[in-house]
Amino acid sequence: MNWGGATALKAAGFVVGEDLWRAIVAILAFLIFWEAGSRSASWLGFALPWISQIPPPIAVLQELFTLFQDASFWQSAFLSTLRVFEGFFAAMLIGIPLGLAMAVSRTFYGITFPVFEVLRPIPPLAWVPASIIFWPTQELSIAFVTFLGAFFTIVINVVGGAQAIDVRYFQAARSMGSSTWDIFRRIILPATLPSMAVGATVGVGITWAVVVAAEMISGGGSGAGGGLGFFIWNSYVGGSYTQIVAGMISIGVAGYISSAALRKLGTWMTPWLTEG
Amino acid sequence: MQQMTSVLSTNAKDAAWLGSEISVQNVCKSYGVEHFGKQVIRNCSFTLERGKLTVMIGPSGCGKSTLIRLLAGFERPSSGTITVDGKPMTGPGVDRLVVFQETALFPWMSTYDNIMYGPRARGQDTPEARDLAEMLLQKVGLAAFRKKYPSQLSGGMQRRAELARAMINEPNVMILDEPFRGLDAMTKRLMQEYYANLYSEFQRTTFFVTTDIDEAIYLADRILIMTNIPTEVRASIDVNLPRPRHVENITESDEANAIKMQALGLLHEEAMKSFVRGSKAAADFIEAYSKRVNQG
Repeated sequence: MNWGGATALKAAGFVVGEDLWRAIVAILAFLIFWEAGSRSASWLGFALPWISQIPPPIAVLQELFTLFQDASFWQSAFLSTLRVFEGFFAAMLIGIPLGLAMAVSRTFYGITFPVFEVLRPIPPLAWVPASIIFWPTQELSIAFVTFLGAFFTIVINVVGGAQAIDVRYFQAARSMGSSTWDIFRRIILPATLPSMAVGATVGVGITWAVVVAAEMISGGGSGAGGGLGFFIWNSYVGGSYTQIVAGMISIGVAGYISSAALRKLGTWMTPWLTEG
Repeated sequence: MQQMTSVLSTNAKDAAWLGSEISVQNVCKSYGVEHFGKQVIRNCSFTLERGKLTVMIGPSGCGKSTLIRLLAGFERPSSGTITVDGKPMTGPGVDRLVVFQETALFPWMSTYDNIMYGPRARGQDTPEARDLAEMLLQKVGLAAFRKKYPSQLSGGMQRRAELARAMINEPNVMILDEPFRGLDAMTKRLMQEYYANLYSEFQRTTFFVTTDIDEAIYLADRILIMTNIPTEVRASIDVNLPRPRHVENITESDEANAIKMQALGLLHEEAMKSFVRGSKAAADFIEAYSKRVNQG
């Protein structure tokens, strides 16, 4: 194997070498176990408990191929993605300045933190009924719940990151003639970037978890326009087990892509942490 | 602005400018309130002479770091005065620069950006400043590492980058808090040589804190020996060895050895005092000292 290439691939975040083989073997073993379990009635002559109820991976794969040709599935996926990003970007847009302000100003921190700490432990899903009542449209209430999922994580990370900045950086900057604004722009902002990236990566994962549940509970609009959460719920009501699993896998993949993309972006924005 | 016009760049023309003179008079510093307080510095008086390199040495755990924060202006004395060129000092200023014990380079900036931090902070990203940065990069042997982040530099390189970052601001006073601590012996020797060269080229008032007596003698114009907490000046020893100094000559010089024995004797006494009070660091020092005296 070309080691230069392998190193480059590894640096780009791909799994290579022994790890790659382990990953392939693990996934294959998992799929075979699943397939065998699902088909245990016909393959082994007796039905294994629980697992035989689950549609086998091959059937799920066939279902996925069918769904990929179905415009309404893509419409659902698109709607969920849209809601995730609406909520996520709103959370970033509000959460980052709020977190920075809380870290920078003791007064502001004293005023906001108690409220923040009371609201933070409330699970986003507990907000669903209230937000349906509060927001004029269903779309807004789902987006709001999604927003909450990422918001608290982002704020906590930004506050923590900014408060953990080594005091010597401030002293050094101050003694070299930095103004307060200069210190904010060239010390606090870059020093907090790594925790912003972590907050965003974790936050977007929570966002996917929340959006699906919110769609299920609120009904997510009508029929085919309900997002992936509603799609799964609909499949359950309609009794299509392969569609349920196909929907679950779609969400897993979407969540993974979102997190991976944000992780990449975070790494790109904080080159001093990785170059060595 | 006038203050910022450089000695570094105009060194040849204006060799007379050697920085400020700082005078510390009867300075005390306590933390806490009244009887519950702890006095860290008691009646400390000394002068940092213009253009001279004053090295402070004292038992570990004495109030050295506190004294640095006072001189830098990050804290105020409980009583007594500190004057800069005769004027009372008010808060931190660009005229006094601290280089910290462990490196405080900004990890998110390249070596070059770190060095240019000061000029940019004051809105002086001028061709002159860039030339100066270039020259300093050469002087500290980091020209090839200008685009590297601090994490990509070795420990010694980081200290050199930090010296350059401080020097580009052409402060009137440089305050160095054990800048070479934690480096291995070879790197430390190299750093002392780099630093001695930089100092003789851009001579200015310098306050250098160390725990290493050999480093003190190699660098100092004057050595201040401090007592244990509460810290006072125990002795002030002038080092009149000719510059440039070489480590080999110093080891053979009778004068240097006399200074060393005198300083070690005083430090030993101070360490004994704190040993009696149960300090672990002092016990270590006494052990090391007895070995050294037996060798010598």
